[in-house]
Amino acid sequence: MQSNATLEYDYSLAKKFTFLTILFGILGMLVGTLIAAQLAFPELNYLLGEYGTFSRLRPVHTNTVIFGFTVSGIFATWFYFGQRVLKVSMAESKFLMVVGNIQFWLYFIGALLATISLIFGVTASKEYAQYEWPFDIVVVLVWVLWGINIMGLIGIRREKALYISVWYYLACFLGIAMLYLFNNMAIPTYFVTEGLGNPLHAVSMYAGTNDALVQWWYGHNAVAFGFTVPIVGMIYYFLPKESGQAIYSYKLSLLSFWGLMFVYLWAGSHHLLWSTVPDWMQTMGSAFSVVLILPSWGSAINMLLTMKGEWNQLTDNPLIKFMVLASTFYMLSTIEGPIQAIKSVNAIAHFTDWIPGHVHDGVLGWVVFMIMAAIFHMAPRMFKREIYSKKLMESQFWLQTTAVVLYFTSMWIAGITQGMMWRAVDEYGNLMYSFIDTVAVLHPYYMIRALSGVMYLTGFLMFAYNIFKTMTAGKELTAEPQFRTPMA
Amino acid sequence: MFFHWLEKNPFFFASAVSIVISFAGLIEIVPNFSQAARPIAGLKPRTVLQLAGKNVYMKDNCMSCHSQLIRPFKAETDRYGEYSLSGEYAFDRPFLWGSKRTGPDLHRVGNYRTTDWHENHMWNPKSVDERSIMPAYKHQFTNVADIETAYAEAVTVKNAFHTPYGPEFKTTRAAWEAHRPKVIEDAKKIAADMKNEGVKKMLAEGKVPEIVALIAYLNSLK
Repeated sequence: MQSNATLEYDYSLAKKFTFLTILFGILGMLVGTLIAAQLAFPELNYLLGEYGTFSRLRPVHTNTVIFGFTVSGIFATWFYFGQRVLKVSMAESKFLMVVGNIQFWLYFIGALLATISLIFGVTASKEYAQYEWPFDIVVVLVWVLWGINIMGLIGIRREKALYISVWYYLACFLGIAMLYLFNNMAIPTYFVTEGLGNPLHAVSMYAGTNDALVQWWYGHNAVAFGFTVPIVGMIYYFLPKESGQAIYSYKLSLLSFWGLMFVYLWAGSHHLLWSTVPDWMQTMGSAFSVVLILPSWGSAINMLLTMKGEWNQLTDNPLIKFMVLASTFYMLSTIEGPIQAIKSVNAIAHFTDWIPGHVHDGVLGWVVFMIMAAIFHMAPRMFKREIYSKKLMESQFWLQTTAVVLYFTSMWIAGITQGMMWRAVDEYGNLMYSFIDTVAVLHPYYMIRALSGVMYLTGFLMFAYNIFKTMTAGKELTAEPQFRTPMA
Repeated sequence: MFFHWLEKNPFFFASAVSIVISFAGLIEIVPNFSQAARPIAGLKPRTVLQLAGKNVYMKDNCMSCHSQLIRPFKAETDRYGEYSLSGEYAFDRPFLWGSKRTGPDLHRVGNYRTTDWHENHMWNPKSVDERSIMPAYKHQFTNVADIETAYAEAVTVKNAFHTPYGPEFKTTRAAWEAHRPKVIEDAKKIAADMKNEGVKKMLAEGKVPEIVALIAYLNSLK
């Protein structure tokens, strides 16, 4: 149709999902900061009556940042770069636009209702799969609609070869679809009896050890296909676009992608070390977790080497700084995970605060940093305005980096301290500490963590403000910037 | 080159990804599935009251902070009792092992805590130890436990998974109405060891407070 002219891409969906990313980001991190503070100051449990206890709010936090913030970020970036790497505009297909809009509204309303249901204690209790069956159906519908959009856009593409980022997004789509379906299999009790009890209640298809295995096959790999795969896809697009550098090595990309696809799912059983699942499964999970370092570091090193010879950009472009720090935290997190998956280390680390520590250096340092960088890169191109303030970006960067460091260092110390105290025995072989001793000792670390939460949330609000001002008051651009994002 | 070809053929690309990511689940989960589904000898399914308590445990999401999995280490068996066995969980849908011990493990809490201890503790954890960071769950003393849903759950698992509930467990409303007095009776036995007047009053009206169901469940964890 217009093979020689530049395409006009349609960013309406990308913009909508960007707003949701920021909205759910603020909500999720606000709840996260509150529950962190509750562990340091238990009186904060009583702000909202029965709906405000740590136990009720923890799933609200996890689900809002996973299914609200991160998934919105994945959708927003897809509707931005999907068109660009496939060289086709969304506006060329009315059908895909309609599907995309239905996906947006269904997702938005579904996510809000699901969050409210969790506050009211309507939960299936499996971690990161707490939504009860009606919300599971909404999730599946949204996912199918997104799938139609990916496949549809691929179907009408002009660029024949799929770019690396598209591989990762396709894998994200397929992986989450498979995992989510199998893990959430449940029978709604109301419909198989004479209408007895609560229609929202369902009972899991799996029991005990099997349920645990399916759950952690899901739980671990929801992280894989939600927090790793699409985020790697993002950095493969945004880092070269921002820096003007070509990806360092195609072969390394290939190795990392297929390596990650094959190895990641085996590692799920490392969540069940020393449990009642058979020993060979535990060992398998442990061993594959260590192998997982290869594809993870493969991607991260590929990104860092992409900056080869251009490291000066790090000093004057805060966006590059966000992305380089993100891949560095990715490396930290993917070496820490395998260490925790070694059985002897796991004996101490499991059930302690070292685990949330590990999760958060991954998500705060890697996932959120990368999604914010992507939005900083997209905003001037979507709204045709300069980034409002470079200075604000710089201070946000340092504030949040400090927050992440405080978070994981305090939780490392807390986790190892508690793990060691649980097993400490005196000279006669009796346990040295009662459980409450090992709780009381954590108070200073819980305070540091709460502080780091406040700092990180403040940084995120600075980000939201910066984007808002970019939309409304940034200097208007006459042409789309080529590589480096313009900022005032 | 094969990969260049694959990248231009999305259908085969997606198929290849699907095959590669399916391996692990098939090999790790399927072979042991029926073995792991077997209960240990003599395992009884939970009563309707205990199931209702399990649902309170889920509703207030106790598993945010409490595990139900005793690992095979001396430090754990000394603290919590015998290490957990796979067959003990055979009727647990969902499994409630948890992943974080902000508070202690509860898998055998029924062996060393009593009804009145739980009553005091859930009303005000700081009355047991002032260093406790657990919130009070006073609303469980006034909220009504959903025993009808618990019954529906028992009937469902009986029919779908052959969980050994008796022949009186049927899908009809009439069967539920017939079973209901048994649940109230179980609840009254728990409440006999409690001092909260409101709880007794609610039970007299035929309503089971959440705290009673929860304690019945916690006492069954042995």
